[in-house]
Amino acid sequence: MASVQHAEGDRRDFLFLATGAAAAVGGAAVVWPFISQLAPDAATVAAGAPVELDLSSIAAGAQIKILWRGKPYFVRNRTEAEIKAAQDVDISTLRDPETDAHRVKEGHAKWLITAANCTHLGCVPLGNQGDYGGWFCPCHGSHFDTSGRIRKGPAPKNLPVPQYTFVSETRIRITGAAAA
Amino acid sequence: MQGHSHYVPKTGIGKWFDARLPLPRLVYDSFIAYPVPKNLNYFWTFGGILSVMLVAQIITGVVLAMHYTAHVDLAFNSIEKIMRDVNYGWMIRYLHANGASMFFVAVYVHMLRGLYYGSYKAPREILWILGVIIYLLMMATAFMGYVLPWGQMSLWGAVVITNLFSAIPVVGPTIVEFLWGGYSVDNPTLNRFFSLHYLLPFMIAGVVALHVWALHVTGQNNPTGVEVKDIKKDTVPFTPYATIKDAFGIICFFILFAWFAFFQPNYLGHAVNYVPGDPLVTPAHIVPEWYFLPFYAILRAITFDINLIVFVIPSKLGGVLAMFAAIAVLAFLPWLDTSKVKSTAYRPLHKQFFWAFVVVCVMLGWLGSKPAEYPYTVLSLIFTGLYFAYFLLVLPLLGLFETPKALPASIADAVLEQERKKGGAPVTAGANAAPQTKG
Ligand code: HEM
Ligand code: FES
Repeated sequence: MASVQHAEGDRRDFLFLATGAAAAVGGAAVVWPFISQLAPDAATVAAGAPVELDLSSIAAGAQIKILWRGKPYFVRNRTEAEIKAAQDVDISTLRDPETDAHRVKEGHAKWLITAANCTHLGCVPLGNQGDYGGWFCPCHGSHFDTSGRIRKGPAPKNLPVPQYTFVSETRIRITGAAAA
Repeated sequence: MQGHSHYVPKTGIGKWFDARLPLPRLVYDSFIAYPVPKNLNYFWTFGGILSVMLVAQIITGVVLAMHYTAHVDLAFNSIEKIMRDVNYGWMIRYLHANGASMFFVAVYVHMLRGLYYGSYKAPREILWILGVIIYLLMMATAFMGYVLPWGQMSLWGAVVITNLFSAIPVVGPTIVEFLWGGYSVDNPTLNRFFSLHYLLPFMIAGVVALHVWALHVTGQNNPTGVEVKDIKKDTVPFTPYATIKDAFGIICFFILFAWFAFFQPNYLGHAVNYVPGDPLVTPAHIVPEWYFLPFYAILRAITFDINLIVFVIPSKLGGVLAMFAAIAVLAFLPWLDTSKVKSTAYRPLHKQFFWAFVVVCVMLGWLGSKPAEYPYTVLSLIFTGLYFAYFLLVLPLLGLFETPKALPASIADAVLEQERKKGGAPVTAGANAAPQTKG
């Protein structure tokens, strides 16, 4: 008798483990699609392809906003004074230390291109305002300088510079969001 | 409190039904024979008010959903269509929008009632925590509902709040993309918010059922904080006493609700939300609805990095953590308050700290509505400190140092004592006394 009981116990143990394993693996396999569907879908990803922008109509001292991937970007044609102010900063005093040269393309220092969402909580800062003449974010009071660097207020980072290249003297191609 | 059921079905059909599904028995035991402390005041009608408001939100919401279109190009216009073209659409929308505000008025009174009378203390910890969960779900629901009309405040409120999650180290930015379903708050975001805004109220209804279940296991607290000792002497049956008192409270509350909905329908809202959402222009001053303002002030109070020596919490993460902590701390209240005495009526020192805390919350609300500049930023930080001090310093220490007043021996004694003070005719404790009627 004892041996029969033992055999039955083995069979139950096997069924128990097999059922448990199938439930765990199956459960995980079913959960994944339900999480994955939340991600940007194929059409959204496709609509986020690189764009080109003509700069010739932006006068010195002016800035425009463009929308790419549903998000605004600043394109600013900086004046000599603004460039100088940005270059003269001692970067060791900055919250997010970056030189101005690092934030523009060589030979194109007057063009500053940054994402236009405040690095605090995403509002669009107002141009030519704030204590540093760059941008002021009205939402929670962040001040950015003429290089788009955070100088004061709650934002932790500089306005990020997207990935772009100059395809000609007056034309850029934006290829990707800023490397985080 | 639950005790033994005394339900006796009167008819043959009733008996037949009761043996198969004892639903009438459940209703009888929970809402008719159920014993309630006889000294409850009007602050105890807010649970009933909240239940009715949840039903009101669901009814008006389901009707709105019949006319609403969840698409970034159409949502704003579909709301205008509801306001102008749909028969009584203006009324249903104003009832829903102002209903959300009234819902929060009621929940804040209800929670402060719990705070004042120590209703979170043993044996009601689970009951209280379920309440905190309902409050969280309500906030999520109201936030997503406010996004639906897709006005400027809808859009930018959504941008600010979803970006909170980007403060999470490492995975934050990915989480935010998964919330948005894209690279920004856009059509996929609006669609999923609508789906969840429809779902969450029903989840709230589910948690409310657990909340009421827990309530009926422990029984209600009461203004003395002394537990029921003798069902006969200390309680009255739910029907008619509590039913009528609740109904009266609900009607009074509805008068206030109707006044807002019909005479000041936009007073609690923001005019800029009648401008269609535009991702290129941030409104000059982003503020959430009034019921979120204290937490918004706490979020904005942390404008500096917090150096914990081992690691540094950047200011943005600090603000987000402080805001969530301000809500989470409520769940720990039962263990933070060390006093043995429940009701603040018998805690002379706590009475002062309680009202100071109410003032702190109101001040935080006011600061949340102000622009982020000096002196509001500094004041926000001070009042955020005071908010946490109440929970983390005052409540734990007060219980050790405060000398409470003498508690009445029982609820019946407290009622008799009050009658005596008022010079009313002496009533004997056993004489099935009428419930106290003065709020
Ligand atoms: C816990 C209960 C609920 C709360 C607190 C709540 C809150 C809100 C809020 C604050 C708004 C924005 C109102 C405005 O400014 O226009 C809103 C809109 C909306 N809600 Fe709800 N809601 C609740 C339940 C529901 C339910 C059950 C539905 C059913 C589908 C619903 C459907 C809608 C629709 C379609 C809108 C957009 C129309 C509009 O903006 O008036 N809601 N909700
Ligand atoms: S979003 Fe710009 S300061 Fe908060």
